Amino acid sequence: MKPFTYERAKTPAEAAAIVAGRPGAKFIAGGTNLLDLMKLEIETPTHLVDVQDLKLDRIEATREGGLRIGANVTNTALASDDRVRRDYAVLTKAIVAGASGQLRNKASTAGNILQRTRCPYFYDPNQPCNKRKPGSGCAAIGGYSRQLAVIGSSDACIATFPGDMAVALRVLDATVETVNPQGGTRSISMADFHRLPGNTPQFDNTLQRGELLTSVTLPKPIGGQHFYNKVRDRASYAYALVSVAAVIQPDGTGRVAVGGVAHKPWRVEAAEAAMPQGSRAVATRLMAGAKPTADNAFKVPLVERTLGAVMHDAGMKRTAA
Amino acid sequence: MNFDAPAGPNLIDRMQVVGKPYDRIDGPLKTTGTAPYAYERHDVAPNAAYGHVVGAAIAKGRIVRIDTAEAATAPGVIAIVTAANAGVLGKGDFIDAPALAGPVVTHYHQAVALVVADTFEQARAAGAMVQVDYARAAGRFDLASEKSSATLAPTSPPTMRGDFAGAFAAAPVKIDRIYTTPDQSHMMMEPHATIAEWAGDRLTVWTSVQTIDWGRRDLAKILGMPKDRVRISSPYIGGGFGGKATAMADVVLAALGARAAKRPVKVALARPMMVNGTVHRAATIQRLRIGVANDGRILAIGHETVSGNLPDGMVEPCTIQTPSLYAGENRMTETRLAVLDLPEASSMRAPGEAPGMMALEIAMDELAEALAMDPVELRVRNDAKVHPGDGKRPFSTRALVPALRTGAERFGWSARIPKPAQVRDGRWLVGMGVASAIRGARTRTSGARARLETSGRVVIETDMTDIGTGSYTIIAQTAAEMMGLPLDRIDVRLGESDYPVTVGSVGQRGATSATSGVYAACVKLREAVAQRLGLNAADVGFDGGRVVSGGRRIPLADAASGGPLVGEDEVEFGEELGKAYAQEAFGAHFVEVGVDRFTGEVRLRRMLAVCAAGRILNPKTARSQVIGAMTMGAGAALMEELAIDKRFGFFVNHDLASYEVPVHADMPHMDVVFLDETDATISPMKAKGVGELGLSGVAPAIANAVYNATGVRVRDYPMTLEKHLAKLPRIV
Repeated sequence: MKPFTYERAKTPAEAAAIVAGRPGAKFIAGGTNLLDLMKLEIETPTHLVDVQDLKLDRIEATREGGLRIGANVTNTALASDDRVRRDYAVLTKAIVAGASGQLRNKASTAGNILQRTRCPYFYDPNQPCNKRKPGSGCAAIGGYSRQLAVIGSSDACIATFPGDMAVALRVLDATVETVNPQGGTRSISMADFHRLPGNTPQFDNTLQRGELLTSVTLPKPIGGQHFYNKVRDRASYAYALVSVAAVIQPDGTGRVAVGGVAHKPWRVEAAEAAMPQGSRAVATRLMAGAKPTADNAFKVPLVERTLGAVMHDAGMKRTAA
Repeated sequence: MNFDAPAGPNLIDRMQVVGKPYDRIDGPLKTTGTAPYAYERHDVAPNAAYGHVVGAAIAKGRIVRIDTAEAATAPGVIAIVTAANAGVLGKGDFIDAPALAGPVVTHYHQAVALVVADTFEQARAAGAMVQVDYARAAGRFDLASEKSSATLAPTSPPTMRGDFAGAFAAAPVKIDRIYTTPDQSHMMMEPHATIAEWAGDRLTVWTSVQTIDWGRRDLAKILGMPKDRVRISSPYIGGGFGGKATAMADVVLAALGARAAKRPVKVALARPMMVNGTVHRAATIQRLRIGVANDGRILAIGHETVSGNLPDGMVEPCTIQTPSLYAGENRMTETRLAVLDLPEASSMRAPGEAPGMMALEIAMDELAEALAMDPVELRVRNDAKVHPGDGKRPFSTRALVPALRTGAERFGWSARIPKPAQVRDGRWLVGMGVASAIRGARTRTSGARARLETSGRVVIETDMTDIGTGSYTIIAQTAAEMMGLPLDRIDVRLGESDYPVTVGSVGQRGATSATSGVYAACVKLREAVAQRLGLNAADVGFDGGRVVSGGRRIPLADAASGGPLVGEDEVEFGEELGKAYAQEAFGAHFVEVGVDRFTGEVRLRRMLAVCAAGRILNPKTARSQVIGAMTMGAGAALMEELAIDKRFGFFVNHDLASYEVPVHADMPHMDVVFLDETDATISPMKAKGVGELGLSGVAPAIANAVYNATGVRVRDYPMTLEKHLAKLPRIV
């Protein structure tokens, strides 16, 4: 770990201004991801701006009938909130499918969304990695890639976004609110928040330098049955091979987002029109253009089968076309 | 004490303390965090500096240039050890790969430097400043590619009896299959950790080593110093599984660091450094050819295996159980070793049997199906009266059939439907599987010292270790039994090289060997007590804290009123009994699994182990050993695999996030049954080990249950979902 300085910001705009004005500065909240990366010198901030005093730890109703979740609401608090459990159960299910109780007690909402990939080559500083060190190459391509992306990847990077919570946020059409160093705010849909790696895999998302994530807003509830089916080799404490977040309505229509397959939570709204035709019809459209490796080719049929499991649990008659 | 004839009736047979399910006497220390593990022994060297290991970034090649100038001037740095300044290092007897690379690098994450600084953070930060240029050399990293060049392993010579080829060719029913097992990591909870301190030419290491005497021997050889100037202290060990059998890189580097820094130095290997930086269990490719008569009797059985290692490394002896387990007149085994440039492979819990049974016991399941015979019955039918490999030696005990029968009864095996993929429970396909269990019951010379204090307490000192197994408790029980004292009047001190030498915690032989050493020492102490009291040792009893002779009942403490009394001895195991008897522990494993018919995920539903392992010294600690082993077997069956980057030659998933071991949520209800047994040919304790028996057979029982659930036969461990997903029933 490299030496760094540390301060606690008083307001979101102040925090944003400090980070924007100081090369090498980063925000820190729960630290459950950043500190690990700093110990390995994968992240080497010279200055940390702690954003835990910004009073961003509330879950509030919005005028539109939804919920606004402060960036510092812990994963545990969010998952156990009565309104979330009742109206956005997919979110609770996704959160409790991830990490451990101890980590969820410390991890923040914003930090969860901003967590970095778990590609093993990203985590090994001896290996070339375009995400860790732009231009150094990608050791994962041609290497051990069982856990890595099957769709939306590039010749520069096949890393995945590893989280669960953001997959549920994607299926719920959540938006992310930010503040910039000038105090200006903007709202970014979850669809546009994470990005595909392209030639710049060092950028996980579309935030500008110094832009601080302040809250996540859920639109008003959409009803339906909520599912989060996370497929993994062991029953707990593992990243998803594939996960499916779904909200299925009584008429068989619904929404689906998939985790563990791409550099971002993967959702293709056009594919959802095929929900009544079953999992194969949806998965074929959802995963069109997939370019898996030999190690992870199984993920493509696994998406279909996991969606089939969800449809089965939802009591839909047709799960396969 | 020589042990070269079967034990007759002895004091242990009283079973007043031995054989009772006492809680671990070290339990409160561990649950309160006050058991001093190596890295936290702040009292022994309060001014210790911190050593950080810089691991090699290549798997094979040379260090062209190493620049420590920037690191040397970093805050807090005291010394930097590299091959250039470490002096000539020798080689130990157990581990082949040097702890310190330079100029040659033999494996990934081999230490290229140890940076010593005042604080851990300073050492780690400076470690990142060490600049190394490498010349990468081509290496051999793929066992399948090197298999054809493998040679017979001299430590595991081929075995043969009868005419295997002819009998196999003529057998009416046969299978000929290849099975593969992956590289596995020990992943014990406590990382390798050492504090080292020099006093003149004497070295003390507070560390975590399973066999103290091996650690002392190997460390002395590596450092080129007399063994008697090395002291090792390992009273508490947070798991080892063979990965800490001797002094590993942390011990060597801490000693070198302390010498360079002229100060005590502590070194722990960070989890990501343990996997490539130390040792692992080698992957295997195994071929099983078994031919049977129509009634299931084995006519021919052949087992061949190949694993890879550095040129002088050990082989994974997967055929070790095959001559002992099932009957059959015509048989062969071959054990081959290929040269690989991966990190060194070494012993991991039940070396040989654990992966060997993973292959053999799927093969038996396949045969049972080919014969349309129940898998339990096929195994029972091939029980042996004498050792099948030599056709001569009787077994000292052999409770394979009772284990299978008892397990089948308890598990409800008769409800199993032989035709696979017939049982559904919601999304789950449900199946049941069985496997035999076997593990060699070996012993090795072990000593102890028993001292009666003036207080009347008895102190036991031996260099035996407790790696989480319960050694403290069973040694105390042995001493209490021998001296007629309650358990709380015994103090057990372990893991110090100043104490009498034992086998240590390896090869499932520690419990019976070390307690037998305590038995021998207590016999000596009883004699000393009798002599001190002017009694005839042969007529004296020890009971309820008193020495009983004729009508007299003298408090035991009285014997020490003039000063402590010491009895010291070792038990030496002759070779005669092992030649006269085949000595093995037997058992059976039963498992029920569910396989998600959509996603292919495998989850365990029930597990049962039946073990016959001689006298069970403490049913509670023995059960803990077995359920831990069953958990490790679940990992082997379902998830554990070191993934090799075959281009660069290293294990990619070198942390606990990516090398998955079972978590609590993976483990279902586990039952353990011990069959009532004593084996007088093993030791005065008449006990065998259980810690490795509990593992040998778990994984194939799971694999067979998965097959029974799905109808898809997977012969390549671990049974991760992609290996059967495409063949599962269509989802409708």
